[in-house]
Amino acid sequence: MSDASINTQANDGEAGFGDYFALLKPRVMSLVVFTALVGLLAAPVGVHPMIAFASVLFIAVGGGASGALNMWWDADIDQVMKRTASRPVPSGRVTADEALAIGLTLSAFAVVMLWLASNAVAAGLLAFTIFFYAVVYTMWLKRWTPQNIVIGGAAGAFPPMIGWAVATGGISLESVLMFALVFMWTPPHFWALALFMNSDYEKAGVPMLTVTHGRRSTRVHILVYTILLAPLAIGAGFTAIGGPIYLTVSAVLNGLFLLGAVKIWRRDEDVAGADNYRTEKSFFGLSLLYLFLHFGAILAEAALRPFGMGGW
Amino acid sequence: MSFREPHELHKRRSGRNIGLGLVLAAFVAIVFGMTVVKVTRGDMEPPRATPTPQEAGS
Repeated sequence: MSDASINTQANDGEAGFGDYFALLKPRVMSLVVFTALVGLLAAPVGVHPMIAFASVLFIAVGGGASGALNMWWDADIDQVMKRTASRPVPSGRVTADEALAIGLTLSAFAVVMLWLASNAVAAGLLAFTIFFYAVVYTMWLKRWTPQNIVIGGAAGAFPPMIGWAVATGGISLESVLMFALVFMWTPPHFWALALFMNSDYEKAGVPMLTVTHGRRSTRVHILVYTILLAPLAIGAGFTAIGGPIYLTVSAVLNGLFLLGAVKIWRRDEDVAGADNYRTEKSFFGLSLLYLFLHFGAILAEAALRPFGMGGW
Repeated sequence: MSFREPHELHKRRSGRNIGLGLVLAAFVAIVFGMTVVKVTRGDMEPPRATPTPQEAGS
């Protein structure tokens, strides 16, 4: 038997460790870790560092598991889109069956371990999040309605609520406001991306708002959601998770975000095409900073509280 | 005696095995750490059905 024949046989399903890790969508996981950690630390109840670390890790694993299930189901459309074609399943490095098995196993593992580490409310919320992302968003809404991003955004908004539940064992106004912040932020963030990645979604047949209702309507939607987001984000500053730092950061960011949304609304396709969607791309970049700094400010308020400085 | 250069495939397989080994070791460490915290805080103690004499007297 020659070396060549050995290799041909063994190459099937021989993905590297990094390929399996990529299945868990590490970039999404980093957002999950950050917002869950902020939710946990902003809660009025202290958590032992070991329990906090383990809980956030299991929340991240749960988020990763739903990412693997998403890649299993969406392998056909991921293959068509430039942005997702190099993912482990569409590129052939990991089989769809493996993605399904890993997704299901890690989902159950993460929920059970989070329950053991913290409490049933947090574990229940994690289970619901995985179900929402994998079934409600990926299998049902994504290919069916242009509002996919709006409703599906809820899945990404749950982690701070889960973090809060790890500490308190329940749900409160503050945790719902953190949920609402991410929930309302998601549509303008993704629609800005869709404006300059439109051809990708069109090719894959995903009913993005840009495809079904046109770009003019998408620009209006971005503005409306940004206007609705602003009072919500600033309003959270007057609750127990807010304080002077949060309020200042939120006021500045919402001002800039609104300004960006107005600019997007006033532009038409000719102008946007001429400068290669510069405003849309910078709005998308700002949206990432927007969420990071809002949660960073909540974290800062929580971190300063023991020294008598954070909060109101 | 000379050993043949390991093929890229074997390197990948070895990397996967080492990665999985490290993940399992980390999992054992986390479960151990969680158990220590929960046992020392008294989370694992069964609830008492009847109050102790001290509790009853107070």
